[in-house]
Amino acid sequence: MIQDPQGVWPVVRLTLIVSGAALAISAAIGIPIGTWLGLARFRGRAWVRAVIYTGMGLPPVVVGLAVYLLLSRKGPLGDLGWLFTPAAMVVAQIIIAFPIVAGLTSAALEALDPELSAQVRSVGANARQEALVLLRQARGGLLAALLAAFGGIISEVGAAMLVGGNIEGRTRVLSTAVVLETRRGNFATAMALGGTLLFLAFVINAALLRLNVSPRLRR
Amino acid sequence: MTDSACYRLEGIEYSYGGRWRLEIPLLEVMAGEILALIGPTGAGKSTLLRLLHFLEPPSTGRMAFEGREIGYPPPLELRRRVGMIFQRPLMLAGTVRHNIAIGLRFRGESEGGRVEELLRRFDLEALADREARLISGGEMQRVALARALAYEPAVLLLDEPAANLDPGHVRAIERIIREAHELAGLTMVVATHNLAQARRLSQRTAMLSAGRLIEAQPTERLFANPMSQVTADYVYEETLLERPESP
Repeated sequence: MIQDPQGVWPVVRLTLIVSGAALAISAAIGIPIGTWLGLARFRGRAWVRAVIYTGMGLPPVVVGLAVYLLLSRKGPLGDLGWLFTPAAMVVAQIIIAFPIVAGLTSAALEALDPELSAQVRSVGANARQEALVLLRQARGGLLAALLAAFGGIISEVGAAMLVGGNIEGRTRVLSTAVVLETRRGNFATAMALGGTLLFLAFVINAALLRLNVSPRLRR
Repeated sequence: MTDSACYRLEGIEYSYGGRWRLEIPLLEVMAGEILALIGPTGAGKSTLLRLLHFLEPPSTGRMAFEGREIGYPPPLELRRRVGMIFQRPLMLAGTVRHNIAIGLRFRGESEGGRVEELLRRFDLEALADREARLISGGEMQRVALARALAYEPAVLLLDEPAANLDPGHVRAIERIIREAHELAGLTMVVATHNLAQARRLSQRTAMLSAGRLIEAQPTERLFANPMSQVTADYVYEETLLERPESP
């Protein structure tokens, strides 16, 4: 593969599509739930938080197994025909990334000065405006949540391998390609693919971090 | 000042975390007046302000605002008629100008030159485009006051508005408070440790101690002839005034 850079691009492209889609959907679900968990006070909140935090440590291979069983031909969602497709990989990565986004969003909001919420309300914010303003104040933590989730899914192998099957041209992503090349004994190729994965992660992290810093605070 | 009550609190008790924090048998804040809240640290002044701003519901008792009994959570439009300056005002990420305009944006109102006028009035023009979280404590106090006045509330609650300010800024803040009161006819409740400030600003003063309202009287009468021994002890100790001779 290393001798054929043309063969690497589809893998890079699919890696970005699968992990990007999973991150976008996880953010769309995880940020509102994390905000609710961080700001609302209700009975059983500690339990919900414990469940979300437990989800942050889900082993990808276990997630992959669960999604495999769900999507396999005899599974409850077998009719979808998603097994060994990028869609199945996205589903598995959402399950891995969503608790990270929700848990770290909630933690970022809880780390804000407890008086801030009252002061924002005192200026006349409704519940939605209050949540948006507080999210903006916690945007460093929010960004960390997205980066942690992205780092978790772009580099995971277990779920991608189980539900994607590492099929060349269809479901092969960088992490599964590294495993394949290592098994074949092509260590140089595996290292090159690993380096590509690291480089991608670095570029995306750097770009997002750059976005986060207010121009007036930038040094 | 008119004769109608802006707030009426009756039999209010407030507890938090299993502890009683506040007890107000009866208190009225008249429309258009400046009421000072005095009392030692922990007396319940800030808690009372939070109740008046509907940020906390009382545990028991009744509270009416502009003749309407308050239920919790109160309607947004009611909450928006009240502004509050906190003892430690917090700034939002963004410029000073953004912070002053935020209340107007929440209400969907156009700035219409109001922010520029407040920047001028509060001597904040040079800071307008600075990041608000990086300005000094005294400047934050002025921004917080401008932020509250921008949306023209009917009531302004101030929690130690001049704490940690140098005398020049204290005078400036008091001048702005007096102007806002005279020009806009704002009802104000000012919690302060500074008894001289309470006398300079307010028409009536309420004394709180250990979470209980001790008395509320016209300011000069309260300082000259406190009804309660608790008030007398606090006022004379804090001001080092000579106690009147007992008859």
